[in-house]
Amino acid sequence: MTTEKAARTKRSLLPWPVLRQLADGDVLGRGRSVRSKRTDELEPRTATADRVAHSVCPYCAVGCAQKVFVKDDKVVQIEGNPESPVNRGRLCPKGSASKNLVTSDLRQTTVRYRAPYATEWTDLDLHTAMDMVADRVVRSRRESWQDIDEQGRKVRRTMGIASLGGATLDNEENYLIKKLFTAMGAIQIENQARI
Amino acid sequence: MAEAHPVGFQWVVEAKKRGARIIHVDPRFTRTSALAHQHVPIRVGSDIAFLGGIINHVLQNELDFREYVVNYTNAANIISDKFQDVDDLDGLFSGFDAETRTYDPTSWQFAQEDQQGDLGRAQADDAGDTAAQRNTASGLQNESHGMQVGSRPPRDETLQHPMCVYQVLKRHYARYTPEVVEQICGVSQEDFLEVCRAWTENSGRERTTALVYSVGWTQHSVGVQYIRAGSILQLLTGNMGRPGGGIMALRGHASIQGSTDIPTLFNILPGYLPMPNAEKHQTLTDWIDSVRNPGSKGFWANAGAYGINLLKAYWGDAATPENDFCFDYMPRITGDHGTYRTVLDMIDGKVQGYFLLGQNPAVGSAHGRAQRLGMANLDWLVVRDLFEIESATFWKDSPEVATGEIVPEECRTEVFLFPAASHVEKEGTFTQTQRMLQWREKAVEPPGDARSELWFFYHLGRLVRERLAGSDDERDRPLLDLAWDYPVHGNPEEVAGGWGEPSAEAVLKEINGYEVATGRPLSGFLEMKDDGSTLGGCWIYSGVYADGVNQAARRRSRHDQSFVAPEWGWAWPMNRRILYNRASADPEGRPWSERKAYVWWDEDTQEWTGHDVPDFEKTKPPSYRAPEGSDGVAAIEGIDPFIMQGDGKGALYAPQGLIDGPLPTHYEPVESPFRNLLHGQQGNPTRKEYRRADNPMNPDPRETAAADVFPYVFTTSRLTEHHTAGGMSRYVEHLAELQPEMFVEVSPALAAERGLEHMGWCHVVTARSAIEGRVMVTERLRPLRVEGRTVHQVWMPYHWGQGGLVSGDSANDLFGISLDPNVLIQESKVGTCDVRPGRRPTGPALREYVEGYARRAGVADGDQGPVVTASAAAQQESAAGQDAAQQHSPQQREDQ
Repeated sequence: MTTEKAARTKRSLLPWPVLRQLADGDVLGRGRSVRSKRTDELEPRTATADRVAHSVCPYCAVGCAQKVFVKDDKVVQIEGNPESPVNRGRLCPKGSASKNLVTSDLRQTTVRYRAPYATEWTDLDLHTAMDMVADRVVRSRRESWQDIDEQGRKVRRTMGIASLGGATLDNEENYLIKKLFTAMGAIQIENQARI
Repeated sequence: MAEAHPVGFQWVVEAKKRGARIIHVDPRFTRTSALAHQHVPIRVGSDIAFLGGIINHVLQNELDFREYVVNYTNAANIISDKFQDVDDLDGLFSGFDAETRTYDPTSWQFAQEDQQGDLGRAQADDAGDTAAQRNTASGLQNESHGMQVGSRPPRDETLQHPMCVYQVLKRHYARYTPEVVEQICGVSQEDFLEVCRAWTENSGRERTTALVYSVGWTQHSVGVQYIRAGSILQLLTGNMGRPGGGIMALRGHASIQGSTDIPTLFNILPGYLPMPNAEKHQTLTDWIDSVRNPGSKGFWANAGAYGINLLKAYWGDAATPENDFCFDYMPRITGDHGTYRTVLDMIDGKVQGYFLLGQNPAVGSAHGRAQRLGMANLDWLVVRDLFEIESATFWKDSPEVATGEIVPEECRTEVFLFPAASHVEKEGTFTQTQRMLQWREKAVEPPGDARSELWFFYHLGRLVRERLAGSDDERDRPLLDLAWDYPVHGNPEEVAGGWGEPSAEAVLKEINGYEVATGRPLSGFLEMKDDGSTLGGCWIYSGVYADGVNQAARRRSRHDQSFVAPEWGWAWPMNRRILYNRASADPEGRPWSERKAYVWWDEDTQEWTGHDVPDFEKTKPPSYRAPEGSDGVAAIEGIDPFIMQGDGKGALYAPQGLIDGPLPTHYEPVESPFRNLLHGQQGNPTRKEYRRADNPMNPDPRETAAADVFPYVFTTSRLTEHHTAGGMSRYVEHLAELQPEMFVEVSPALAAERGLEHMGWCHVVTARSAIEGRVMVTERLRPLRVEGRTVHQVWMPYHWGQGGLVSGDSANDLFGISLDPNVLIQESKVGTCDVRPGRRPTGPALREYVEGYARRAGVADGDQGPVVTASAAAQQESAAGQDAAQQHSPQQREDQ
């Protein structure tokens, strides 16, 4: 926008957008009449990001490729990757909201603990919580161990520990989960894939 | 598809632009219907009747792709003359045992295998123990094993023998006429015949038809048979293994395919190897032979290598040939240890600790009340999630707290809620719905104490092993000998403190497999050895780390490669993008047509080539015929595209592996307002049930007075703007704003019948619960005429619970627990209900209200009518075919 035209707009008694559009010949209101200094100074977050990580949408199983834009170690934008033969850059409402998912203020960032019979949460230190869970696993495993079942068959297992989840976990994670539980003798290990 | 997989749907729109005809079969008019050429409303739970009708249309008019069918399917195979079909037995197949409600499949076998002496060889895994298979979800040889039939069943390639599969199939579906389809499904004959014409005219040499289903199909008491019916149709029309054809399951979670391939499931190990069973797999040899089945064709013959590589990956140096690679370290399954059995065991106080890993069963599993009451009766519960989901807060704000069934001060469950890392805060692979692995890079560190599951389980394993160190108890050896050394990285302070993040790439390399001595990654599963010199955690994923390169991280632009895009990610097995693609060429190895050329035999180079990696031995010519007496890979002939099947052929007829019969047949859902029009046998006679007072099912229509209590049919599905149990969407501002409230869709006719007001409140009642929502009156749902009566169908989304930015009642509270017998998946896409205007009662009055309904329906004590409703004469005749010597142990009779 030229200085002269900007000045004229500013002087106008009726600075309605529609008058600007007519005066500037930008009848559809998609050109210079809707620009401002602020507009011109804006830059997409994707252009100012420090780095981009290749990722994949965490919602359904289509497998849309995402580009995760990071600035100052924070996720500033997530977009579909146009190079992907799966999604050609597109994302659905959920995929488009995935920046909101990962940056939400509602996310838990500390371990919450509810003691038996308690009516409220309390906070726990992460490593303390890990120790407590490990203690419970060892105890429950010991207390519910079966070398043989009620029919005398060798089973070497625990029926006291179960697990369920989650089909948004990585293959590497599921691999370690099944490996550890199997070595532990826990067999009631299930997943959304059963549901 | 446009609703729940919108970005995948862009390819349907592309196909439409190029002239494809789109047909949408769904009870409700959706965004998919809006873009389809034809929308066919159907009664929920009647899909086998619908598909059976199309199969009948193909067979009666001989519209099958004959050259494909004769060469590539088992149409020509001859079945034992002892086989009796459902039309002779009032809805049962031969071999039924009414006491265990399972079949002895002996009479279903191919003819030669019915002879003395041959049977054991051909049916190593199957004969007689179907009740145990149902409990352990081990039918279908654990979901992906090929059928273990002998490699050379007798065939009649003229397809005229009265007991050949083609003729049996033709008789089986003869009753599925357009008139019957109309009566059962509520689909007009005109609409139905239009679908038949479109499907068959679009199949053959020049054209292919794709069948796309969403996994609601699996959530039925006959779920596996739904998909079998689709497979039969796609094999008859020659659409399997060809571009633009096939059956595509639209799975609903980012790595649910991966969660089955590398399972956290009770019945299988990575690569679909069975969890050892105390009865069947006492030794390493038992275990391996049950998979490789000597005498069958195909690549399961190398199961010894696959199994031993897994054991070696688990127990490393401790696993030696002398100790059978630590096979005895494996815990044994003995029955049903599925998630629903386990939840009922929690209610019964049999389970101490429970891990929920990015999973919200309080909202997402069937019978939410049972889920929550189970969690309230544990010693301890670990929930790992991004948000404070309902499964973490059941003790303070679940519906059962309102009804007084859970009192916080009296609830003993100790709850740990660990914050989890999101998908951008950790590295690793997802496997999407077409078996393609894609590596994700880590973008940022997780906030606060949030950590990946990889971190959690690596360190949990470390801490447990520390606590057991020095133990001389033999039961602790599997943990102490476990190969559990993974390189860690990440935050230097954490690494120094012993709490680093394990390397996902190192785990991926172990999954891929490598040479023990050199550490050289394997190029694929053919390099796996059965002597302990290689190890690999999941044989079907072998090759994903070939040449030491993370193949799943490949991201060559779609603009710089072919339409198959083989250099984007990596698909198992061996980067093949279409399975069984040998079938895309004719028996001589030439493309069926230029238009549909995909993989073919190159005479000059004497090898298979094409756009994709051939799913066939590269240099085995189409003319190859197996020598007499061969088995395994050598027995696969040049015209056997289905290389994982025991006879190399596509299974129109499944003589083994299925608990509920060799052919899909229409049964009514467990809860239905209609009697089965075809047979006395009302529902799936072999379904898995848990009959107990806390799991009442609505009565079936034989109880006529009671049937009026729940007159309507309901179903559920997803909204575009929400995700499953809402744990990743109700807590996200944009999505919560787009779909802020639970609602119930009804037709104008039902609204008038029940006095429901658009945007007003209504509630839906079953014998399990009553839930409320806003009324949405819409012509997207319309009443159907079924068996001469009008049936109203009600639709609900299932994303809400009491937590999140937007809250509401959970539709899954309405369902009871009753499962498909093959895979133990619940019937949660169809049930009967009542709908009433206004809000539901609150507090203890809610239980009284629901129990009043259950009493009036006569199901309050959990005691429904009989499951087996075929005539006594039919039951007797069916049983006569089974082996009288067959004994079932008491264990197998439990929990039918």
